Amino acid sequence: MRTSKKPSRPRSVLPGFGLTMGYTLVYLALIVLIPLAALFLRTATASWSHIWRTITDPQVVAAYKLTFGASLIAALVNLVFGFIVAWTLVRYRFPGRQLIDALVDLPFALPTAVSGIALTAIYAENGWLGQYLYPLGIQTAFSPLGITIALIFIGLPFVVRTLQPALEELEGEAEEAAASLGASRWQAFWRVIVPALLPAILTGFALSFARAIGEYGSVVFISGNMPMKTEITSLLIIKKLEQYDYAGATAIAVVMLLASFAILLSINLLQWYTGRAAVKGV
Amino acid sequence: MATATLTTAHSQPLGRVSTGEPVLVRYALIAITFTFLGLFLLLPLAVVFVEAFREGIRAYFASFNDRAAWSAIKLTLLAAGIAVPLNLVFGLAASWSIAKFEFPGKSLLISLIDLPFAISPVISGLIYVLVFGMQGWLGPTLDALGIKVIFAVPGIVLATIFVTFPFIARELIPLMQEQGTDEEQAALSLGASGWQTFWRVTLPNIRWALLYGVILANARAMGEFGAVAVVSGSIRGKTNTLPLHIEILYNEYHTVAAFAVASLLALLALVTLAAKTAVEWRVHRQQVASLEPTSAEENPS
Repeated sequence: MRTSKKPSRPRSVLPGFGLTMGYTLVYLALIVLIPLAALFLRTATASWSHIWRTITDPQVVAAYKLTFGASLIAALVNLVFGFIVAWTLVRYRFPGRQLIDALVDLPFALPTAVSGIALTAIYAENGWLGQYLYPLGIQTAFSPLGITIALIFIGLPFVVRTLQPALEELEGEAEEAAASLGASRWQAFWRVIVPALLPAILTGFALSFARAIGEYGSVVFISGNMPMKTEITSLLIIKKLEQYDYAGATAIAVVMLLASFAILLSINLLQWYTGRAAVKGV
Repeated sequence: MATATLTTAHSQPLGRVSTGEPVLVRYALIAITFTFLGLFLLLPLAVVFVEAFREGIRAYFASFNDRAAWSAIKLTLLAAGIAVPLNLVFGLAASWSIAKFEFPGKSLLISLIDLPFAISPVISGLIYVLVFGMQGWLGPTLDALGIKVIFAVPGIVLATIFVTFPFIARELIPLMQEQGTDEEQAALSLGASGWQTFWRVTLPNIRWALLYGVILANARAMGEFGAVAVVSGSIRGKTNTLPLHIEILYNEYHTVAAFAVASLLALLALVTLAAKTAVEWRVHRQQVASLEPTSAEENPS
């Protein structure tokens, strides 16, 4: 019975393809694909003038600029310091290294609402660090700087965890060759190590950037949410929903979603391109 | 002195050119790592616990002596208790069909499974509002039947399932692809049934990766904020999970209570990190152990 009923396509002796594949597709469609389709269909059926008015509204444009700007700066900061952290963890041995290594994932594990109120307690005017920064004229909480700090926090593990395996795989031979040919350590770093790590560097940067664009929980507490000043797009979506402006919320969401898809697509293209380059022996 | 505590990871064989950095640079880089991680990781963690105990241990425990707090704990456990097992079953089904069989469109399917990771929390909640909300596709119909999804418990559970959707599947798929089907085929040819093969052969081979996925999915399920905030409507004592309860307490200036509840979730995060590290260590040992003797046995030719 089992063999006669088996579809001809998957030629494997193992049973259960029909059942597991069917379950996978149904569950995927119900939980992910159909709800996601609702988002795009809702945009398609809404009036274009309303959508255009929503996404070009000065308040929304200000939120886009803030979200993308703060995310970009946070990703760049993470790139520099994440590189140093990954480098130290992979190449050096020092007491506490394994503890630090485990701790790098904290922003993944700590709920965003918890990191949000913790960061606010540190950087608010009477906070742990805020009380020293504010007299110097540095406003941290309730400012774009505070938002950037929160985005650095949540994006850090992406850079470190992408760079670590790449650094571990990096062969020492090219560096040794460079050194024996008289290159300084600094030259070897820029001419040999950085080019070899470039795909991982860009991937880590893009992942950290993409995560920051969509972040909500760790930012809303520290941002203060002042319209035109410290309002991120995720918060605007919620505000539109609270005003029962579903079309407006959907329009802003689609723009954000397309932006993060574009970033992730470019990572995939990059990996495909560098993968091909590696095959060609470049 | 320096070399006793501080050596480069790559031990250099004699006669090769040194490619290490000067000791001073090494110290500087390690100092930067400690400062940066101390400032951005350790300090927020410390703040949670210090602020929670700011008014003493009695005020700390008083924060939990509250019906809203208990119902938030219960709802959090309920949402994770439904989402994680459902995604566990899905992860097993998906990885079995994807890793053990060949079919066209496989990489597309894997990308679709990863999709929830690419979608921001707020949008994850929004899509369910668009389907089940009163202005949504099914909202009016469900309302006529007296079923509430959005601003109710089912919406929270659905949003939690969505944000933890890929965790277990993405741990299992690459591992099962790597393991191939040889062992399962052997079991089947010896007369085992499909179920027996799965329980006795496949499951033991993937148990650590499975546990790893469950740990990560559970942490996210209990800590999700954005997606749940959108669908909950935050009705106090009814549709609050722990992260939403923290937000309400914090916005009402019950700072100690907010941090007390937050310390519970921070503790969960620390347990998650410890369990994750333990499983990684275990898997690493297993890999090392399985590489040495079996690689020689498996290639007799």
